[in-house]
Amino acid sequence: MLEQVKDFASHFFVTGDPLIYGADVSIVVVSLAIIFVLTYFKRWGWLWREWLTTVDHKRIGIMYLIAALLMLFRGGVDGLLMRTQLALPNLHFLEAEHYDQIFTTHGTIMILFMAMPFIFALFNIVVPLQIGARDVAFPYLNAISFWLFFFGALLLNISFVIGGSPDAGWVSYPPLAELGFDPGPGENFYLLAILISGIGSVATGINFMATILKMRAPGMTLMRMPMFTWSVLVTSMIIIFAFPALTVALALLFIDRLVGAHFFTLTGGGDPMQFVNLFWIWGHPEVYIVILPAFGVFSEVVATFSRKRLFGYSAMVASLVLIGIVSYLVWVHHFFTMGASADVNTFFAIASMVIAIPTGVKIFNWLFTMYKGRIRMTMPMLWTIAFVPCFAIGGATGVMLAVAPADYQYHNSYFLIAHFHQVLIGGVVFGMLAGMYYWWPKMFGFKLDERIGRWAFWFFNIGFYVCFMPQYALGFMGMTRRMYTYPEGLGWGPLNFISTIGAYMMGIGFIILVWDIVYSIRYGERDLTGDPWDGRTLEWSLPSPAPHYNFARIPVVTGRDAWWIMKYQMKPEERPDLGPIRPIHMPKNSGRPFIMGVAFFVSGFGFVFNWFVPAIAGLVVVVLCLILRSFEYDAEYYIPVHEIEETEAALGRL
Amino acid sequence: MESTHSAHAGRFPWAHIVGYILSLVLTAAAFWLVLAHKAGLATTLVVIVLLGVLQILVQLFFFMHITESDGPAWHTVMLLVGFLFVVAIVGGSIWIMSFGGQVVA
Amino acid sequence: MSVAVHPNPSHGPQGAAVETEHGHEHDNGSLYVLGFWLFIIQDLILFSCLFATYLVMQGRTAGGPTPKELFDVPGFSWETFLLLTSSFTCGLATFQLRRGKAASTIGWLVVTVLLGLGFVGLEANEFVTNALEGATMQRSGFLSAFYTLVGTHGCHVSLGIGWVILLMIQLARRGVTPVTFRKVFIWSIYWHFLDIVWVFIYTAVYLNGLAR
Repeated sequence: MLEQVKDFASHFFVTGDPLIYGADVSIVVVSLAIIFVLTYFKRWGWLWREWLTTVDHKRIGIMYLIAALLMLFRGGVDGLLMRTQLALPNLHFLEAEHYDQIFTTHGTIMILFMAMPFIFALFNIVVPLQIGARDVAFPYLNAISFWLFFFGALLLNISFVIGGSPDAGWVSYPPLAELGFDPGPGENFYLLAILISGIGSVATGINFMATILKMRAPGMTLMRMPMFTWSVLVTSMIIIFAFPALTVALALLFIDRLVGAHFFTLTGGGDPMQFVNLFWIWGHPEVYIVILPAFGVFSEVVATFSRKRLFGYSAMVASLVLIGIVSYLVWVHHFFTMGASADVNTFFAIASMVIAIPTGVKIFNWLFTMYKGRIRMTMPMLWTIAFVPCFAIGGATGVMLAVAPADYQYHNSYFLIAHFHQVLIGGVVFGMLAGMYYWWPKMFGFKLDERIGRWAFWFFNIGFYVCFMPQYALGFMGMTRRMYTYPEGLGWGPLNFISTIGAYMMGIGFIILVWDIVYSIRYGERDLTGDPWDGRTLEWSLPSPAPHYNFARIPVVTGRDAWWIMKYQMKPEERPDLGPIRPIHMPKNSGRPFIMGVAFFVSGFGFVFNWFVPAIAGLVVVVLCLILRSFEYDAEYYIPVHEIEETEAALGRL
Repeated sequence: MESTHSAHAGRFPWAHIVGYILSLVLTAAAFWLVLAHKAGLATTLVVIVLLGVLQILVQLFFFMHITESDGPAWHTVMLLVGFLFVVAIVGGSIWIMSFGGQVVA
Repeated sequence: MSVAVHPNPSHGPQGAAVETEHGHEHDNGSLYVLGFWLFIIQDLILFSCLFATYLVMQGRTAGGPTPKELFDVPGFSWETFLLLTSSFTCGLATFQLRRGKAASTIGWLVVTVLLGLGFVGLEANEFVTNALEGATMQRSGFLSAFYTLVGTHGCHVSLGIGWVILLMIQLARRGVTPVTFRKVFIWSIYWHFLDIVWVFIYTAVYLNGLAR
């Protein structure tokens, strides 16, 4: 009996690597610390009532933000481990298998469990406030989306201490990812974690599209929407059209692994390249899913801190929509070297280059917005300005990669690595950090410290160039991605060493960023006006943080930059009469989204190990939750007028 | 609201019956064309796909009330873009994956 | 304005904040209908990926049965007939729903469910018969793609049956209210959509296989 338990445990838990034991210890310590703190301060009830069961978009947004920062840390540590391994030739800091696992989780986490929750954080926090709504279209579904994301992320993250991490790359191409070549549970963790969180992502896309199309304040026509809201609308559209392809690709691979089908195997009539095809039908639009919200942030930040209207609003909208459509027709450029016909490669090469045009339009519009503006160099603006050259270089190297014949030279070399980090860090991460600094006071009621923020900014920024510029050269010198070590004498050593230094600088930048948050919780400048940046859009008309019903009375919008018009251009007698305060209809909190997340987690965990009892039991609980919801007829309540008046008075708004 | 309401809530569901008959006829036509081998493969495939597209229109207009909406018909816009992407996915995949003659055309 | 939109906020659907200061309510009915159309559109993309995979793999039989050898003409013809008819009876159910008649709505929904069950039964029979002859999912790439595409549709139909049974209970208890109206209306969009998908399975899988 004891032997059996030992044997089971030695397979169930990952063993043998001191780094993993260290991680085990730290996970146990942190979990115990969290439990202790919650118990000692009697916070369990508070956690359940205020956070785990909430359907308030602002709180869900904050939970997404915390998750995104945690995942940025985890993915960043993965990145640093890789750079450490590659710093010098012939290092054995990580063994090959461990290195494979780390580059797999690094990519998966950064795209799906860092970038996605980061953009969803801003969707949730900003969009309803910008369009004058009291919540999203389907608040209950919104909570489900979050918990599916959360437990999907948890499922992937426990893999490195239980069962073993996936190791077939973040794209998980078969036949390598098939059962025959990758028998452990790691790959199952990858598939199920992404399938579960993917359901949540599609639901978020549907939710925000419906919210923006149907719940705007009176007077806010489409062409009066703030640019961030526009970017979310187009992003939601791409999510709805792209994510099902990922679901299908991963589900078919999972069927191959679970029951021995022959979709992507080498035998039995399977075709591995069909996976690659399906994966990138999602994968390329995904790039735009994460970059467009960043474009939206830059548009808001540039206008606010230049004290000017956004230049070329209509062109901005048109280029967003165009990017949204064309992003769907370029996916083959991720596998030009497959050997498709010249016609295919030509079509997709040209379509890929075409995307540079609307993107260029946007860059010029931001520059023209700054032109002759009264620019204030705040943290959001710094990140935005840093984005412009970074993204321009990333875009130019992207066009180089889009040239199909030339791509045969750079394909899967470090040139590609440098390119996509340049657009994803320079675009998405800079954009999300700009957005985080910009809307932080709206979320929490205080600003992040500018002085510490600048240290973080410069470390991260200089570190970025030091890390990735050498990688372009390494790509030309023949260094391919995913190699875990390299011999001396190829001349790659010095550039790799420089690159590693840059990576550590970025790590230091991140630590300073966290310090900025911790410091500012205590000492940050409090935002008492609700409008700390002299903003232009409706979210700045509210107190910081906004009351849970957002708007006591729904505003009437008379033009673009609605709050700017109300503040500076409208005479008091022109203000529309909003009438008396009325009872507000709000959704009730519910514990069911959280329970569904747990059930999905249990089910996913069961499927990972082919334990069908928990796998089926989890799904049964999910179905029960759905049935209970169908019979629920009192999921909302009214906030009485006196309560709204008291809240508003306490905020100084009456 | 009243006009659509009364149009749909007439005494007898004519629209539904017409839609049903149309769908049966279209299905039977495709069935006959294939089983009777009246035309070459390429022609047959093109015609049965076109008949399928007509079926979509029958379902959308006679049963799914595609024309009903409050304010702008966003679902129709999304559906049209959706059809474009469906063509891109299905047609694109066949085109892309035909390398090396591995897809039987 | 659509009839799927309801003026009575006390029956307002779950979730969204309903009232604005100007006395006009956000149309929750139409909000839910739009949300559901968006779901249908993502499902459309999901099915199109499965169709693309099937069409890429239909020739990859690995020495196993070809489409022409596998498909049973009377079987899939009856399946098609049952599903087309169920789409029609579903339409009649919504017709009665619009007239506010709960009992006859439920009646037509029962007919629809029976037709749906017949469809699922025939399909299960087809699958089992094929599998017993050795044409399992594990046999070839073509069969993997075939079972997955057709089976995904069959799962959707089965889910639809379970779903509408819940709705019939609510209709029986509450009659036609704005909320039950909206719920049944949304379900009918789902059911007709499955009919469209089936028409393409009929065309691109069965007839396409026989035409070769």
